[in-house]
Amino acid sequence: MVDVTSLADKPALVRAPAEVRRARIRGIVYFVLAVATYVLLASTTEGDVVFRLGDAPGDLDLTLSAAGLATASAVVFGFLGALEIGRRGLGRWSNIALSIALALFAFAFLGWAAAGKSLSLVGMLEGSVAAATPIAFGALSGVMCERVAVINIGIEGMLLTGAFMGAVIGTVVNPVGGVVAATLAGGVMAAILAVLAIKYRVDQIIAGVVINILALGLTSFLSAQILVENSSAYNNPGVLRPIKIPVLGDIPIIGRIFFDQNIFIYALFIITAGMTYGLFRTRWGLRSRAVGEHPKAADTLGINVFRTRYMNVIIGGMIAGFGGAYFTLGSVGAFNENMTAGRGFIGLAAMIFGRWHPVGALAAALVFGFADSLQVKLAILDSGIPSEFLLMAPYLVTIIVVAGVVGAARPPAADGQPYIKE
Amino acid sequence: MTEVKQSPPDKQPEGEPTWIQRVAPQGIDLRSVLVIPLLAVLTALVVGMFFILFTEGANAILPAYGALFSGAFVGWSSISETLLLSTPLILAGLSVAIGFRAGLFNIGAEGQMTIGGLTAVIVGFSVQGIPGIIHLPLALIAGFLGGALWGFIPGFLRAKTGAHEVITTIMLNFIAFRTMDYILKLPAIQPEGRFDPISKNVLESARFPRILGWLPVDGASGLRLHLGFLVAIAVAFVVYWVLFKSTIGFEFRAVGANPHAAKYGGMSVAGAIILVMAFAGGLAGLAGSNETLGVLGRAAPGFTSQIGFDAIALALLGRSHPAGVVLSAILFGALRAGGRTMQVQSEVGIDLIVIVQALIIIFIAAPELVRAIYRVRGGKETGQLTRGWST
Amino acid sequence: MRLELRNVTKRFPGVIANDSVDLAVSSGEIVGLLGENGAGKTTLMNILYGLYGADEGEILIDGKVVHFDGPGDAIAAGIGMVHQHFMLVPVFNVTENVVLGVEPTAGPLGAIDMEEARREVREISTQYGLEVDPTAIVEDLPVGVQQRIEIIKVLFREAEIIVFDEPTAVLTPQEVEDFFEIVRSLRESGKGIIFITHKLGEMLEIADRIAVLRRGKIVGETRPAETSREALAEMMVGRPVDLVVDKSAAEPGEPVLSVRDLVVQDDRLHTAVDDVSFDVHAGEIVGVAGVQGNGQTELVEALTGLILPIAGKVTLNGKDVTLASPRELHASSVAHVPEDRQRDGLVLSFDLTENLVLDSYYARPYSRGVVMDWEEARRHADELIEQYDIRTPSAQISASSLSGGNQQKLIVAREFARETKLIIASQPTRGIDVGSIEYIHQRIVEERDAGAAVLIVSSELDEILALSDRILVMYRGKIVAEVAGSEATASQLGLYMAGASA
Repeated sequence: MVDVTSLADKPALVRAPAEVRRARIRGIVYFVLAVATYVLLASTTEGDVVFRLGDAPGDLDLTLSAAGLATASAVVFGFLGALEIGRRGLGRWSNIALSIALALFAFAFLGWAAAGKSLSLVGMLEGSVAAATPIAFGALSGVMCERVAVINIGIEGMLLTGAFMGAVIGTVVNPVGGVVAATLAGGVMAAILAVLAIKYRVDQIIAGVVINILALGLTSFLSAQILVENSSAYNNPGVLRPIKIPVLGDIPIIGRIFFDQNIFIYALFIITAGMTYGLFRTRWGLRSRAVGEHPKAADTLGINVFRTRYMNVIIGGMIAGFGGAYFTLGSVGAFNENMTAGRGFIGLAAMIFGRWHPVGALAAALVFGFADSLQVKLAILDSGIPSEFLLMAPYLVTIIVVAGVVGAARPPAADGQPYIKE
Repeated sequence: MTEVKQSPPDKQPEGEPTWIQRVAPQGIDLRSVLVIPLLAVLTALVVGMFFILFTEGANAILPAYGALFSGAFVGWSSISETLLLSTPLILAGLSVAIGFRAGLFNIGAEGQMTIGGLTAVIVGFSVQGIPGIIHLPLALIAGFLGGALWGFIPGFLRAKTGAHEVITTIMLNFIAFRTMDYILKLPAIQPEGRFDPISKNVLESARFPRILGWLPVDGASGLRLHLGFLVAIAVAFVVYWVLFKSTIGFEFRAVGANPHAAKYGGMSVAGAIILVMAFAGGLAGLAGSNETLGVLGRAAPGFTSQIGFDAIALALLGRSHPAGVVLSAILFGALRAGGRTMQVQSEVGIDLIVIVQALIIIFIAAPELVRAIYRVRGGKETGQLTRGWST
Repeated sequence: MRLELRNVTKRFPGVIANDSVDLAVSSGEIVGLLGENGAGKTTLMNILYGLYGADEGEILIDGKVVHFDGPGDAIAAGIGMVHQHFMLVPVFNVTENVVLGVEPTAGPLGAIDMEEARREVREISTQYGLEVDPTAIVEDLPVGVQQRIEIIKVLFREAEIIVFDEPTAVLTPQEVEDFFEIVRSLRESGKGIIFITHKLGEMLEIADRIAVLRRGKIVGETRPAETSREALAEMMVGRPVDLVVDKSAAEPGEPVLSVRDLVVQDDRLHTAVDDVSFDVHAGEIVGVAGVQGNGQTELVEALTGLILPIAGKVTLNGKDVTLASPRELHASSVAHVPEDRQRDGLVLSFDLTENLVLDSYYARPYSRGVVMDWEEARRHADELIEQYDIRTPSAQISASSLSGGNQQKLIVAREFARETKLIIASQPTRGIDVGSIEYIHQRIVEERDAGAAVLIVSSELDEILALSDRILVMYRGKIVAEVAGSEATASQLGLYMAGASA
């Protein structure tokens, strides 16, 4: 944060520092949001909205006035706007404030759309976690790679490959085999990326785009040639059932969302915790981060920069491959061409939003998952907004996040640069 | 590592530089410009052969590749199709290439094509009663502007907020597709009596006229190659002139090569980024217009048919130089035309072409890989274009 | 322990970096390696440290041939290196940087035992008198402290032979003295030291033996008692070198550049330039001395339009240029030789012609409206290459193929060849060979005599003392002293550079 007091006795400022200007812009955006919320939402709706928080209707209900909810949100936005402008930025809290604001806006919007009706909030949150899962895997994969300064645009392709392998091997062998195959396939794609980017010093973004095109081409080709005609033999793996964790799964609200899901979600939390511990507490983590921040320094201390990068990128690919299996074995139950629909790129945005930290990436993915789930809910509620615009929601949110956040966050210093040993 | 110069300098021979020296001052490394790309394409086709082997068996290879070749090059009809399909690729490839020259990754050509194609169509059917000589250029301008808007947005975001254009352009692609879905269901856009997403037909006065209609061929409809091809070639010349002969092009290239030095030299880096993305978007918009004002005559979902992604491969293959882009586009047009024939006449689906293209990019982007395979000696390149997430 | 390099040769495309080099150092002695920029010193040390492999020759420790596949091997053999550009991860803290690669661990998963690491760092710190806070984040620390961390790193790994590569570039004269004390105490405790520098005075003071490297070859070995600065300089360059710049007294005219109460923030929003005021007159050279990192970089960036100040006023011949862009300044006849020539001054992939019009391409005669006139640009380029003695086979090669000295001459050619009222040159001779240094110093004095106002920013005190008519010293963003060039001495300036006020 800018220490403004030291400038108090200076001659007139000719220009405000960049951070202050950015805070002013955010403040103005918040004010506009406040006005828009009040005018468009609060004053055009009436009646109550019932948020169901329990399993059965009537269990745990939160009844709110739709207009009241919108007005309260507008007040909060105004407050945040005043904070941003008055305190010249919120520093580390600005991301969290942005997330809260987005969530609140979503609620107000839901309330407006569902006025006079009831909707299952728990179901929505459950859906958020489900929608967030592939994004989170993508984000974690991205964190793994970018922490050693390799930009991985190819996550989309790795997810898709994982989905494909999960479906096919899941049918031919069994779902567990499918998951294993998906993980390995993601690792293979990542190995190709690693060889291109590290050994041949291909531009990392191009290498990632290549992986995506290759993955799309391969999976579409094989799907059209083989899967479509023989779907029962090759494309019928079924979906892995949710497993409820005893005791924890019975906690109201939270239990249903977090502890009664399939293994992918559990794996997600385990991987996040493991990655956090690994990166910040272990030898491997320190060296990996050093390779990402200052590879030359690491090199002079005897750390093998290339090997570290290869290893981490391939592990990242395996995480993405595993996450890709979620599409087929955890959700849909069969493979469709190009079924990842941009989730890998949204995962990258979540990684940036989460400041390249595993926990941050997970949290950011949950925000995006919520946006996705919101859009589905609004479509069901028949809110009068054309479905095409609702479908745009996750992509719009991504753009907002990336535009509002980048520049404030610092990626690993050597991000994107190939390491050249003379 | 500073060098220690031991001998006095050799002076450059006096006199006017030759045209080769002007076009390519660093000289043309024939190996790098011609041999490696050729080997890359060849190798990719060979690997593609293995895919056919794996899925359909060895017997399918010859008919498949035979159909591929004849569909691209054999007979006036094939040549017409090849050039026809290469037209939007030229324009989209130029769009991506000019982005690369300025250090920007325009992955959004698909979205820019979509919006540009839509605006061209709308002008194409809603402006009535003016002659073709005005209507067609008008529709093209509308297409250019539509695409330019879609390119301006990520350019602006990149320049003002640092948001990396890879993510924003990809997101805008998805948004463009959904926007098109919506627009194509509006009553003002849909033809009478139809309820599927499709636009009204463009008026004759805004359609590209065919240019090979005078050739005698079998079949009722005649050769489909239209004026758009010549327009695309002309645009390639314009892009060449802009990049290498104009002041603004010098700025684009400087910003792409070293934005710090560009700023030091007085250039506005933000301004250049915005201008390049808008211009690139406009070029892609022209590509979309070429589709809707050309063969299709209207807009329907999927009319961009992955051209925007092929364009990325093209731009790389053509080394981001207009001449290279044109040649690569014709190659890819040939692959598409041949691929269609291959799909119809043999068992092998057209997605094989996508795999071949991806392999071509791999081999082009990693020239050392090709050199290693074929033991071609040569220079040292890195493909480094990226500078990470922010400038 | 005795370390020997025997007959070491290393070739790069087009140049022999090291040519049959013999060098030996034993425990308890300081061997100085002297050579100008580009002589091959760093290459030699990189071979010693395992970063490069030698093409010919061998390394011997205590008479046995050893082979290093990488720095890990060298470290294990007892060789430690303090690099010229610090090899510290900015976002890590001191302890993390010191133990990186040799971390003490606890438990099966490889968890780092930070307690133990911090303890060991503190131990070394006190034992050798290198004060440092183990938990401080490196990027927040001043440069002098960062150097101590590098030394602790080396000692942590129990190095027997320590190589210092240009260690005093970032120190004030007083800090150099303190640093020499540390080096001497390391020698007393039995370490063998290789001390690399291009500064003649320091070499004479610290080294027990001096080896001179020129164009990749060792051209002589001597002892401080048996030689002098002039003799060393001649060995270094191969011909007698004029250590003093030939210039007449200045005849300053009207103030050209006027700076009042300037406040500038750096990119991390700290105040880098704090309320600075000064003038530069026509026909005078004003030198800004100071250790790097005291605001000089931001001062120059603000004066050249690359960043905008927060407060204050800058006028050029009376015209307010506080918020002027680089282009506006360029049009007002301001020339800027930037500190980082490869990042800011040149587009390395462009050829020399394009680089020579990098900041003037937008107007006649190099362009007419939207169209570039490359013919004219090429003609201009050929002329400048001739005039400024830039060694190159043609104007069409890319700037990256030029040597550092020629690259700098290219920039100087571009900036000086037009009408200049004000010249701002930042670290104008950093990292280039002596011949180019002499040339550029000469041209600067010529510009001054032709009436230009010249502002030089340099962390090389010798350069400031040689060139300046008036000297300003910057410390922590403020100007703490102003001294006439003819009266200034290195030790006096050194005190100011370390924070003493005038």
